[in-house]
Amino acid sequence: MTLLLLQFLTGLTNAMFLFLVASGLSLIFGVTRIINFAHGSFFMLGAYMAASLAAVLPGGAGGYYLGLLLASLAVALLGGLVELLLLRRIYRSAPLYQLLLTFALVLVMADAVRLFWGPENRLGPPPPGLSGSLPILDQQFPTYDLAILLLGPSVAAGLWWLLYRTRWGILIRAATADREMVGALGVKESWLFTGVFVLGSWLAGLAGALQMPRQALTTVLDSTVIAEAFVVVVVGGMGSPFGALLGAVLIGLLQAFGILWLPREFHMVIVFLLMAIVLIFRPWGLLGRPLQSDRGEGGWVPETSRWAGNPGWAAGGIALLLLLLPPLLPTFFVWLLVEILAFALFAASLQLLIGSGGMISFGHAAYFGLGAYGAALWMQQGGLPMPVAFLLGPLAALGAALIFGLFCVRLSGVYFAMLTLAFAQIAYAVVHQWYDLTGGDNGLLGVWPASALATPLRYYYLALLAGGIGLAFLGRVTDSPFGVTLRATRDHARRCEALGVNVRAHQLLAFSVAGLCAGLGGTIFVFLKGGAFPDYLGIPVSVESLAMVLLGGMQSLWGAPVGAALYLFLDTVITRSTGYWQAALGGILILLVLSFPRGVGGWLAGKTSREGSPDG
Amino acid sequence: MADELLLEARGLCKAFGGVRAVDGLCLHLARGEVRALIGPNGAGKTTLFNLLTGQLVCDNGLILFQGERISGLPPHRIWRKGISRTFQITAAFQSLSVLENVQVALLSRDRATHRMLATARRLGQEEAVRQLARVGLADQAERPCFVLSYGDLKRLELAVALANRPVLLLLDEPTAGMAPQERSALMALVSRIVAEEGLTVLFTEHDMDVVFAAAHRITVIHQGRTLAEGTPEAIRGNARVQEIYLGGGGG
Amino acid sequence: MAGLTAGGSLLEARGLYARYGLSRVLFDVNLHVRPGEAVGLLGRNGAGKSTTLKAITGLVSPAAGEVIFAGGAIHGRPPHEIARKGIGYVPQERRIFPELSVWENLEVGRRPCPPGRVAWDVRRIVALFPALESLLHRTGGSLSGGEQQMLAIARTLFGNPRLLLLDEPSEGLAPVVVRALAEQILRLKRDGMTLLLSEQNLHFTTQVCDRVYILERGHIQYEGGMADLLAGSAVRRRYLMV
Repeated sequence: MTLLLLQFLTGLTNAMFLFLVASGLSLIFGVTRIINFAHGSFFMLGAYMAASLAAVLPGGAGGYYLGLLLASLAVALLGGLVELLLLRRIYRSAPLYQLLLTFALVLVMADAVRLFWGPENRLGPPPPGLSGSLPILDQQFPTYDLAILLLGPSVAAGLWWLLYRTRWGILIRAATADREMVGALGVKESWLFTGVFVLGSWLAGLAGALQMPRQALTTVLDSTVIAEAFVVVVVGGMGSPFGALLGAVLIGLLQAFGILWLPREFHMVIVFLLMAIVLIFRPWGLLGRPLQSDRGEGGWVPETSRWAGNPGWAAGGIALLLLLLPPLLPTFFVWLLVEILAFALFAASLQLLIGSGGMISFGHAAYFGLGAYGAALWMQQGGLPMPVAFLLGPLAALGAALIFGLFCVRLSGVYFAMLTLAFAQIAYAVVHQWYDLTGGDNGLLGVWPASALATPLRYYYLALLAGGIGLAFLGRVTDSPFGVTLRATRDHARRCEALGVNVRAHQLLAFSVAGLCAGLGGTIFVFLKGGAFPDYLGIPVSVESLAMVLLGGMQSLWGAPVGAALYLFLDTVITRSTGYWQAALGGILILLVLSFPRGVGGWLAGKTSREGSPDG
Repeated sequence: MADELLLEARGLCKAFGGVRAVDGLCLHLARGEVRALIGPNGAGKTTLFNLLTGQLVCDNGLILFQGERISGLPPHRIWRKGISRTFQITAAFQSLSVLENVQVALLSRDRATHRMLATARRLGQEEAVRQLARVGLADQAERPCFVLSYGDLKRLELAVALANRPVLLLLDEPTAGMAPQERSALMALVSRIVAEEGLTVLFTEHDMDVVFAAAHRITVIHQGRTLAEGTPEAIRGNARVQEIYLGGGGG
Repeated sequence: MAGLTAGGSLLEARGLYARYGLSRVLFDVNLHVRPGEAVGLLGRNGAGKSTTLKAITGLVSPAAGEVIFAGGAIHGRPPHEIARKGIGYVPQERRIFPELSVWENLEVGRRPCPPGRVAWDVRRIVALFPALESLLHRTGGSLSGGEQQMLAIARTLFGNPRLLLLDEPSEGLAPVVVRALAEQILRLKRDGMTLLLSEQNLHFTTQVCDRVYILERGHIQYEGGMADLLAGSAVRRRYLMV
């Protein structure tokens, strides 16, 4: 009984943190429609700054807690600057470019943390006066957690007061429902945007600062926090502050009792299972509402743009180079080319989904990773020879895409994106936890090409053959009756169904094709690296594939390979020249987004064609 | 008229939230007639269209088409039974060429939309060009459709809707947003095609000149129900219609 | 009075053109509204009435033409600036914030009152719309259509506008509610409010307007006093009836 009570209290304590982070994310999304990937980084920054400030500020307990507060305020200030200096410039771009910008910020802030605080885990100073524990019945409960249990609700109450009892809060809630009308009543929207960013960032920073004494500070805090915050926001309903509270309590308790009752293997997956179930049965979350249709799915279906087509001659020239050049290159660059081929195929498959299908996936890495694991398992568990495993590997990705896709295509816009994310995390958790089959977080090692293919050049040519076939297939699909129909479903789904097209069936087919090709990319990749690891399915890889597509531009299938090559080249060059490659890459991404708000490919397409562009 | 009954809708109801957009509506269409559907804003015209094409599912009621029940079927199946439509807000498939817009409809008719290894350009191209020629767009076939003028877009929409040789054509405000000369040209085109193919047409329209010039019969709906139905002359002389639709208000 | 055009108008639109995407909706619209006047914009659905009002408020950017309000050009300015200059806009769909209470809806619209005029407050609103008094703490989404229309007007009045634009205020309301609304608008007018409203309901328009423009297919087809319009049955038949 006591154990249950303690678990309950622990769950509630965690819920308080989840609520703080998620409510900020939800508020920002509600008003600006930006999914702020950098929100977890604000949390991490809050935690690190709190640790430093609490340690150096004089005045004992007073200085310590003042440090926590100052850290959160610094994060709020940073959030405001990000909105004013960066996001404000691209509000007119597609939401995906705003997302790419926040992802670039994630990279920059991750390296900023490494630069200032070092890569190793740190422990913050213990909280003066609250570092012990108190007896509850016959067990001990941390005093600090108890303090959080008291503080959390007061912050929630303060937030409630701000949102429901001040003019500013009323304006924020009104803008969440109907931004344009708020502007027509004389309210300056840009001021609200900055304000809500400051508030949201402050909440993230505060959560980080308060979490600091409870947990070792690591440089991966940002990604764990943002993933959980997404779940809370989606389960509760995007843009709903009460939803964030409900979602946080649900997730907090689910985690606390899940640890108690469920086998270890389920701990990672359980929250994403909940998110998937909620999205399947209540696509707008428990307390959410459908997004206002002023921009069609709130702008979350990519804008219709002219299809730039596939430049055959350029592809031919590049193919010739890829065929003839590698024997002259140093081994390092041959390996780099293999990696580029794997990611080019992976990104091009995502390009098919986004560019032709209008379906934005946040979890495309799942199929890349499953292709890698598929090949590795056919070989190691199935005992098949490497070439056969290479051929069969992508089938694992295809199977998963068929099953997950069945549920995903029932949703659209940002909810589709969130469900793909949930499924990807479930797949990640499965390979991460199923030690007997996948080796868990150790991964599967020794996945090397057969000896006849084991030299760099030979494997390169195999990769070129497989990647070339994959890309040619995707190019073919894009120009096929199916590809044309798919673009028609993206342009106007209702018109398409009124022409006898079963829209969801076509979307599912596209999802499966994309999964299969991403899987082939993963298969190429796994024999390059010699092993399959859960990270292949992780959120960072999914976001990288998005970044590649966006860099290349959404107008042409060939944007994706260009984007992949550009991204990996930058990544490699920078990695070799500086220890802070993430920051450099993030900085370059920010510059690219600000200078080419439609992607490099979109910019090129705009340069070559001036016949006009579609309105709105 | 000893007309064959083509479409029958009985007691259709559809509510959004608490609002009854269509409330016990009945409609009979005879084969070969051109019927106008008029009524004030929010009377339920577009909702009725969406019910007929399966894009909304009625809460209550029954729709029979050629004697067969179609209410409850998904839109792509209803289209195969021969009901085609255009939309009030004109939008082609923006990223496709003019030709490809028609090809999508032809591919769908031939159940070829799932084919991945063929080249779309070659499929049904001649037929698509013929369809475009009928509406006077053959010379624009290769252009991206977002450069088309508004009037040409309306023609394209018509060509796409006609691609599967429908039995019943639903036109939702076919001339909205067009300049006056364009309107009469478009309606003349519709009349010609209707006569050639023996189509049945149901259309909504706010321009009374167009309505009275083109319709054989007119149905007036108000607050989700049929208020009156009859020949243009009868409707013109109907006092209740005058009052409700034409702005007499509470007078 | 200060801030008027040479012709003595509070609002003047000159040569307005507008389009929605590819669809042209306004062609060379010219109109003016003098202080204290109530002007009606009549026309069928899709004639361009709403777009005219939106082009004035900045919600639609005119493709060409100018809009002069209180002596200054306002076209091309963002909606919030135009609202702050004293143009209040009540949209056709009313666009009440459904999850906010009636009182909060009013609060969103509140703007400081320019000197020399009596500010709108809850007391004045309730005097004009007594039905709202008992509803102040209900959510906007729970109100009936007529109540929402009152709230939408009240919310805009809270911004203390000099000119009120009403887009089809009588649409979708029961006749008895329309009658009450007409009286409320007349009362506003008697208190000195300048009004420009679009309507399809001729009877309602005759009750409240001094002057009308008739829009057809995006063109102004008729301009005249209410009395002239009522006397000229040919005009009525041509533009408003079958």
